[in-house]
Amino acid sequence: MQRLGVFVCWCGSNIAATVDVDRVVAEAKVQPGVVFAQDYQYMCSEAGQNIIKDAIKQYGLNGIVVCSCSPRMHEATFRKAAEAAGLNPYMVEIANIREHCSWIHKDKEAGTEKACVLMRAAVAKVLLNTPLKAGESKVVKRALVIGGGIAGIQTALDIADAGFPVDIVEKNATIGGRMAQLDKTFPTLDCSSCILTPKMVEAKTNENIRLITYAEVEEVSGFVGSFKAKIRKKARFVKEDVCTGCGVCMSKCPSKKGLNEFNMGLNNRPAIYIPFAQAIPNVAVIDKTQCIKLNTGKCGLCEKVCTAGAIDYTQQDEFIEEEYGAIVMATGFRPIDASKFDEYSYSTCKDVVTSLELERIMNAAGPTGGVLLRPSDGKHPHSIVFVQCVGSRDVSGRGKPYCSKICCMYTAKHAMLIRDKYPDVEVHVFYIDVRTPGKNFDEFYRRAAEQYDVDYIKGQVGKVWEEDGHLVVRGVDLIANEQIVLNTDMVVLATAIEPDPTARKVANMLTASIDTNDFITEAHPKLRPVESPTAGIFLSGVCQGPKDIPETVSQAGAAASKVIGLLSKNKLTTNPCVAHSDELLCNGCSCCEKVCPYGAISYDTHLINDHGVKETRRVALVNEALCQGCGACTVVCPSGAMDLKGFSNKQIMAEVEAICL
Amino acid sequence: MSVNVSVNEPAVKAAAENAAGANTENKEWRPRIVAFCCNWCSYAGADLAGSSRLSYPADVKIIRVPCSCRVNPMFILKAFERGADGVILCGCHPGDCHYSTGNYYTRRRMALLFSMLDYIGVERGRTRVEWVSAAEGARFSAVMNDFVAKITELGENVKVGDLRCKK
Ligand SMILES: Cc1cc2nc3c(=O)[nH]c(=O)nc-3n(C[C@H](O)[C@H](O)[C@H](O)COP(=O)(O)OP(=O)(O)OC[C@H]3O[C@@H](n4cnc5c(N)ncnc54)[C@H](O)[C@@H]3O)c2cc1C
Ligand code: SF4
Ligand code: SF4
Ligand code: FES
Repeated sequence: MQRLGVFVCWCGSNIAATVDVDRVVAEAKVQPGVVFAQDYQYMCSEAGQNIIKDAIKQYGLNGIVVCSCSPRMHEATFRKAAEAAGLNPYMVEIANIREHCSWIHKDKEAGTEKACVLMRAAVAKVLLNTPLKAGESKVVKRALVIGGGIAGIQTALDIADAGFPVDIVEKNATIGGRMAQLDKTFPTLDCSSCILTPKMVEAKTNENIRLITYAEVEEVSGFVGSFKAKIRKKARFVKEDVCTGCGVCMSKCPSKKGLNEFNMGLNNRPAIYIPFAQAIPNVAVIDKTQCIKLNTGKCGLCEKVCTAGAIDYTQQDEFIEEEYGAIVMATGFRPIDASKFDEYSYSTCKDVVTSLELERIMNAAGPTGGVLLRPSDGKHPHSIVFVQCVGSRDVSGRGKPYCSKICCMYTAKHAMLIRDKYPDVEVHVFYIDVRTPGKNFDEFYRRAAEQYDVDYIKGQVGKVWEEDGHLVVRGVDLIANEQIVLNTDMVVLATAIEPDPTARKVANMLTASIDTNDFITEAHPKLRPVESPTAGIFLSGVCQGPKDIPETVSQAGAAASKVIGLLSKNKLTTNPCVAHSDELLCNGCSCCEKVCPYGAISYDTHLINDHGVKETRRVALVNEALCQGCGACTVVCPSGAMDLKGFSNKQIMAEVEAICL
Repeated sequence: MSVNVSVNEPAVKAAAENAAGANTENKEWRPRIVAFCCNWCSYAGADLAGSSRLSYPADVKIIRVPCSCRVNPMFILKAFERGADGVILCGCHPGDCHYSTGNYYTRRRMALLFSMLDYIGVERGRTRVEWVSAAEGARFSAVMNDFVAKITELGENVKVGDLRCKK
């Protein structure tokens, strides 16, 4: 038998001025199940809460309704009071008779009537409430960071600093990501390696960080607080703990035709190589597609010259299995393939390069030793044309619809660096818009245009072709409103950036949402920018959207602080208002699984005792730690098996009926 | 301030009957309107309308749901069966749903439901989906004023109301 209590608050005169509280109390007393009703000036005050507590004890109430301000205001207060008096906090319902009633209705009659209806609806609902208990789940105090670019490194360093162990899984043989390939960085023009390599070393030496390079995450199961990951550490054919990074093997290796990925394929590297001089870990790796020994069984030179005895041609992929409380995605980006835009002749003319290739050409450790030379003949160029927005802001479907954000700034950087070092080189930049919002960004661009005399042309390039040993660029100058044809020695394409091609696979593994451009979706675009909607999954760096280094680092720190917040907890309390499927009704159709934004629903075969008939059936199971209680699944369930605790079908129906009475 | 008395006491019963009487004595017809508001945006928007004292008719009664996608078409059918004259469903703006995608389901689902309801005689104007953010108190109030005005124009919903539900 239900024994309900109704408490009507005056809120001083806030409610009492336009709602006749006595009438609400009187009406409450005749509602089914109600055994007690009382009003008071301030229910939320200590005295008011005591009225509630005393009534619960004295009348043995098993459910209460408080007619007061919005539940967003004091639901927690009244739940606590109820709990203190021994009543389950989820047996409390609030009728919002202030914000939704007294404050907006000036007519006391209408206000009172509405207040009575709202009270009636709340009573009808609480009659169907069931005691709920917030669940608990464990927190494994270790984090996993997928991707070892600047984003992943910074996130890991911050987490490690707070005292939690963290693993970085990097698919390449070294950490560092794209930033390691850059020459100088805008807007300060400091050398990229000089600011990045100390961080890489820190990541290597920090005792809370474990670097798992040349590795990829293969499987993830579990949920926030206790994920399980299976990591494949690819065979390097070099013992990581033995190799000293001396590089003798590289100079002796006879197979030298592998494309140097670090230099964007502008030159070659041996089959055994260290990606670059400052690589972390500074350990060689054998490219098994290029190694003669691994392909034909002959050679074995590196094994002979390695004084440390680090070479092991029999090495196999290894698997690491580990538990994590939180996972950070930091998988970064790559430039899109410029040959898709072959009006610029990227695939046929060697002197048409991408901006990232130019970074390598300008870099002292790059293929030309930092001297600006034309790739085709190694001669000094006298004129360079930059083309911005190659594949960005492109709605034709060939490129990307979004703005890649960093290209305006790095093009200004390239133009400025070239004009500074080689004042004889003419520099033209074709642009659609120059977008430079950011601290000291517009000043930077203006310096390029004004101080360094870079020729900015508003307009697009239609075609680039080779003629008599030089390039011809045909474009349009929108301001002069004329077509222009320029003879030049090099063309640099500011190609759009896109998420790493593995992003979608990783996101699926983590049940993290991903958008149509393959950028990972944040839990809320404004308020929760570093969390995925899937609890326990966080986002860092360009995998979430185009960003420069300063933004990447701030986001990396923000993601770390969220991870630290999570790992600092000993237990997670879970929202008890979660979905639950009735296995007697469930037909295992999978409708609910498809709409759940959090991947909270899975299936299992259960032995069901359906009114004496025993059978094994596939039924839906809700993981209470993952379910956020949106209720999407309850509506799609064709058999009515899925329901939401605290907002059940019956409860809401009862409210509807009470309102329409 | 009333005192603690048990429900069976005649005085209380009389008072209650009085109160109930005041309800039924209504001369002028007023529409019955059920508004489902998601907890994160629209319910908060309604709260803001309240704290900004932006009035709208008392005919609107709000039911709080976690997300607009929690609203089962059955709830809406039930409301009309029980004699509601209008049902409005409010959620976060597309892209802002607290659960990312809930309101997209709502949008598609309700487009279907509302056209089906129209087919069986519940005019299109009696049902509505609106996006109201937590900051849009003024919009909440404007939407409700407009909706009540439209429903008042349409008059009482006589088509699908189950007469057996009425006393
Ligand atoms: C030409 C060019 C010039 C630029 N110049 C500047 C500049 O001057 N100033 C500035 O502020 N910014 C500049 N940027 C932007 C800068 O490069 C990025 O902001 C920064 O590199 C982003 O770091 P990240 O860690 O998010 O991504 P990345 O650097 O791409 O790192 C991602 C890492 O994750 C790894 N990874 C990917 N997928 C997986 C997987 N499945 N498993 C394991 N590991 C994985 C990758 O191998 C990589 O190491 C420039 C960019 C370009 C293209
Ligand atoms: S209520 Fe929402 S979060 Fe929970 S299982 Fe259903 S769809 Fe998933
Ligand atoms: S939608 Fe309903 S019937 Fe289908 S699997 Fe989910 S709970 Fe079971
Ligand atoms: S939470 Fe507002 S519509 Fe989903």
